[in-house]
Amino acid sequence: MSTLEVRHVSKVYNVRGAGRLTALDDVSFTLNSGQTIGLVGQSGSGKSTIAKILTQLETPTSGEVLLDGAPIPRRGTGLRRYRQQLRMVFQDPFASLNPYHSIRYHLQRPLELDRVVPKGEVDDEVRRLLDRVRLDPDAVIDRRPHELSGGQRQRIAIARALASRPAILVADEPVSMLDVSIRLGVLNLLADLQREEGLGVLYITHDLATARHFSDEIIVLNQGRIVEHGTADDVILRPQDPYTQELRAASPDPERFFASAGAAGAAEGGAR
Amino acid sequence: MPDPLLSVRDFSVVYDVDPPVAAVKNVTLELQRGEILGLAGESGCGKTTLAYGIQRLLKAPAVITGGSVVFHDGDGGDVDVNSLDAEQMRRFRWDKVSMVFQGAMNALNPVATIGSQLEDVFEVHRPNMSRRQRRDAAAELLEIVKVGAQRARSYPHELSGGMRQRVMIAMALALRPQLMVMDEPTTALDVLVQREILRQISQLREEFGFSVIFITHDLPLLLEISDRIAIMREGEIVELDTAERIWHEPADDYTRTLLSSFPRLTGEKGVVVR
Amino acid sequence: MTAVEPQIPVETGVDAIEAGTTATKVVAGRSRIPWRFLGGRAAFYLFTLWAALTINFFLPRMMKGDAVTQYLARNRNVSPEAADALRALLGLDTDKSLWQQYLDYWGLLLRGDLGVSLLHGLRPVTEVISQALPWTVGLVGLATIVSFAIGTIGGAFIGWRRGSRLDAFIPITTFLSTIPYFWLGLLAIAVFSVNLGWFPIGKAYGVGTVPGWDFEFIGQVIHHGALPLLTIVIASLGGWMLGMRNMMLTVLDEDYITVAQAKGMPNRRVLWGYAARNAVLPQIQSFALSIGFIVGGTIVMEMVFSYPGVGKLLLDATNAKDYALMQGVFLVITLSVLVANILADIAYAFLDPRTRQSGA
Repeated sequence: MSTLEVRHVSKVYNVRGAGRLTALDDVSFTLNSGQTIGLVGQSGSGKSTIAKILTQLETPTSGEVLLDGAPIPRRGTGLRRYRQQLRMVFQDPFASLNPYHSIRYHLQRPLELDRVVPKGEVDDEVRRLLDRVRLDPDAVIDRRPHELSGGQRQRIAIARALASRPAILVADEPVSMLDVSIRLGVLNLLADLQREEGLGVLYITHDLATARHFSDEIIVLNQGRIVEHGTADDVILRPQDPYTQELRAASPDPERFFASAGAAGAAEGGAR
Repeated sequence: MPDPLLSVRDFSVVYDVDPPVAAVKNVTLELQRGEILGLAGESGCGKTTLAYGIQRLLKAPAVITGGSVVFHDGDGGDVDVNSLDAEQMRRFRWDKVSMVFQGAMNALNPVATIGSQLEDVFEVHRPNMSRRQRRDAAAELLEIVKVGAQRARSYPHELSGGMRQRVMIAMALALRPQLMVMDEPTTALDVLVQREILRQISQLREEFGFSVIFITHDLPLLLEISDRIAIMREGEIVELDTAERIWHEPADDYTRTLLSSFPRLTGEKGVVVR
Repeated sequence: MTAVEPQIPVETGVDAIEAGTTATKVVAGRSRIPWRFLGGRAAFYLFTLWAALTINFFLPRMMKGDAVTQYLARNRNVSPEAADALRALLGLDTDKSLWQQYLDYWGLLLRGDLGVSLLHGLRPVTEVISQALPWTVGLVGLATIVSFAIGTIGGAFIGWRRGSRLDAFIPITTFLSTIPYFWLGLLAIAVFSVNLGWFPIGKAYGVGTVPGWDFEFIGQVIHHGALPLLTIVIASLGGWMLGMRNMMLTVLDEDYITVAQAKGMPNRRVLWGYAARNAVLPQIQSFALSIGFIVGGTIVMEMVFSYPGVGKLLLDATNAKDYALMQGVFLVITLSVLVANILADIAYAFLDPRTRQSGA
C-alpha cells in the first residue's frame, strides 16, 4: 500500500520576452494504491507539468510531493528508490523506445539496473513481463521497435514501466497517438494491471470520456488550477464548476445528441 | 430530391512502390449539394488518399488507376475532374473545391503574413480585383472566422493553433467554393476550441451553402455534425448511411467495432454495443 | 503542446476562446525592426572587435626579432618620429610598460595611423592597403555575388524539378569545385590567354596604362578581370548550388507547399514565393560568412593572375617581415569579417520573421 501526496504544488516559469508563466497554481491531491485518478485538462492546463514534477524532471517552485509520507529526495540512492516506485508511460510510442535496441534489451535494462531479480532470472522475468501485457514473448522479444505496431510498442512501454514493480504509474496520454480501435484495448490492459498489481494510476488525458470510463476519481485542471475534483460520475454527470460544464458540453456525446435531436431534427451540426 | 454535387465512381488509387499498395479500392459515392459527409476510419484506411485523389493533389508514387470524378457545377455543366489539363485544374482548384489541411502548424508559409496569404488567392484567381479590394476581402474573411481583421499583418507563428486553423478555414472560404474538404481540421486542438470551430463551420455552411467532406478518426464528433457518414477500411467504404442510422443500426461489423471504441461520456458507463 | 505557449499578443477584453490562446501574459507588440535583437548583437560585436584588436596588439610582440632595427640598419632615411611610431605599433619600445604600449596602440589606431610599410618605401600602411583593397573587394566580391546568385537560383530550380536531368548539374559543379584552384587558374590562362589569346595573362590592367575613370581604363579592368572572375565562379558554384538544392528538397516536403498548390497558385509563384523564399534563409548565413573571407582568402588567385590585391600584399609582407603591414592587413580582415556577420544578422532578421521575437 502506497500513497502519493501532492501538497500545494506550484510551478512558475520565467519565459524570456513574455514574463512569468504560471504552469501550476496550488495543486493538491492524494493518490492511493489500487486507485485510478483521471487528470483532465486541455493544452496549457499544466497536466504535463504535473507529470514532469512527479517524475522529478522538474522541481516545484513551491509545495511538495510526498511518497508514503516522505518528501522526494533530490539526489542519490533515495531518488533512485523513488524512481523505482513511480514510473511513467509516455504519449508517443514511437519516440519512447530506442530504435537501435531490441525489446529484450529494453526490458532487461530496468531489471538489471534496479536489481529486481537475480541475474540468472532476468530472461524469465522479461518473458513474464511480456506475458503480463498480453504479448507473445517469442514473437517480439528479439524485434526492434520499428518492426512493431503502435499498440504493441505502447504495451512494451507499459511492460518496461512495470519492470521495477512500482507502486505508482503515471500515464501521460498513453493512447492518444494510437489507432482508435486499439485504444480501449490498451486502456483495459492498464485497468487490469492496476487491479491485479494494486497500482495507483494517474491517468493524464484531455479526453473526458475515457477519463470517466477508467478513473475512480477525476481532477479537472484549468490553467494550472484544480477547478473540480470528485468521483468520476459526479464530475462528469453533475459538474459544479462552470469550466467543467463547458468542457462537458463541448465534448462530443452522440448518446445525448441523438436523444435530444429526436424532435429537433437531425443534422443540427454541432450547434448547441 | 437528390441534387448531387460530386459523383465519384469506381475510384482507385495505388501507391506504386514495391510491393504496390492499393490505397483506395473502387470507391463509389455521391455527395449532395450542401451536405456534410463525414469520412471516418483509422490510419491507413485511405480516407486522406481519397480526399486528395478527388482533387488531384496526390504526389508520386500515388497513381490514380481508375474511376471517374464528376463535379456538377452549380454554375452549370459537369466537370470531369480527371480530364482537366494543368491550367484548367489550377483554375478549378480553390474556386470550386477547396481544402482545409490537417495540422495548420505547418500549413501556412512562415515568412509571409496571413493577410498576404489570403490575398494571393485573389491575386491568382480574381485578377480583376484591385489591391484595395483584395485587402478588404481578406479583412472580411478574417472577420467571418472571428480572427479579426487586425491580424492581417501577423505572421503564422504569432497565432495560436486554434487561430491558425481558423485562418485556414478563412482561406478555404475565400472564393466561396461549392465543396470544402477538411482533413482532421480539429484534431490537434482543445475540445473547447474544436467546438467553436465546428459551430462556425455549420454556420458558414448555412450561410453559404457549400458541401463539406469532413475527414477524421473521431467518430462521435462525426455523428454530431454529419448528415451522412462513410466508414472506410483498407481502401474501401464498408458503410455509407445517415448519421442516425449508423448510430442506431450499424450494418457492418467494422462500424460496430469503431462505435464500441468510444466509451460513453454520459449515460450508462461503458461502451456502445450494437 | 506544452504548458509554455509561444509569445502571442493577446488583446485584453477578448474572450479567451475567441482569441484561441492559453497564454497567461500579455506580450508587448512587436515592430518591424527588431531593436532589442539588433542591440544585443551590436554589443556582442563591439566586444568581439575589441578582443580582435587586442589580440592584434599582442601578435607582433610574440614574434621574434626586431625588424625595425634591422631595417634601420639598412636604410638611414627614416624620420625619428616614424621610427618611434613603428616601434610603438610593433611593441618594440620596451622602455614603456605594457599597459602604456597598449594605450599608445589604441591612440595610433584611433588616429588611423597603422604605421609605415617597410616594404613599400615607408608609405603609410593605410595608403598601401587602400590601394590594394578595391581590387580584391571588387573582383572577389563580384565573383562571390555572381557565384551565389547563379548557384542559388540554379539550385532552387534543380530542387524544384527533382528527378529530372537537371540533377546532373550537381555532380558536375561540385566536381569543378574540387579541382585545386591554382590548377584551374593556370589551365584557364593556358587555354584562354596563351593559346586562344582572348584574355591577358595577368595583372589588373595593362602595363603602362595610367589608372583613371575613363573608358579605356575601365575596359582594361574588365578585360583583365574576366578570367579571375570566371575561375572563382566556376570553383565556388558547386557549393551554393548543392546547398540550395538540398534546402529546397526539405522545404518542398513541407505542408505549406502542398497548400499553396492546392490553392491553385501557379508553379512559378510556389517555386519562388513559397519554396525558394524559405529555402534561401540558411544560404544567406553562408553568404555572409563567405563575404568575410573575401578579403583574406584570395591569395592563390592573386598569385596565379598577379592580381594586385590584398592577398598578395599579405604574402609579400610576410616574406619580408614587414610587420606593420601584416598587422594592418590582419586588422582589415578582422573588420571585414565582423561587418559581414553584422550584415548577415540584419538580413536574416528581416527575412525571417521568427527570429525577431526570440532574439536568438
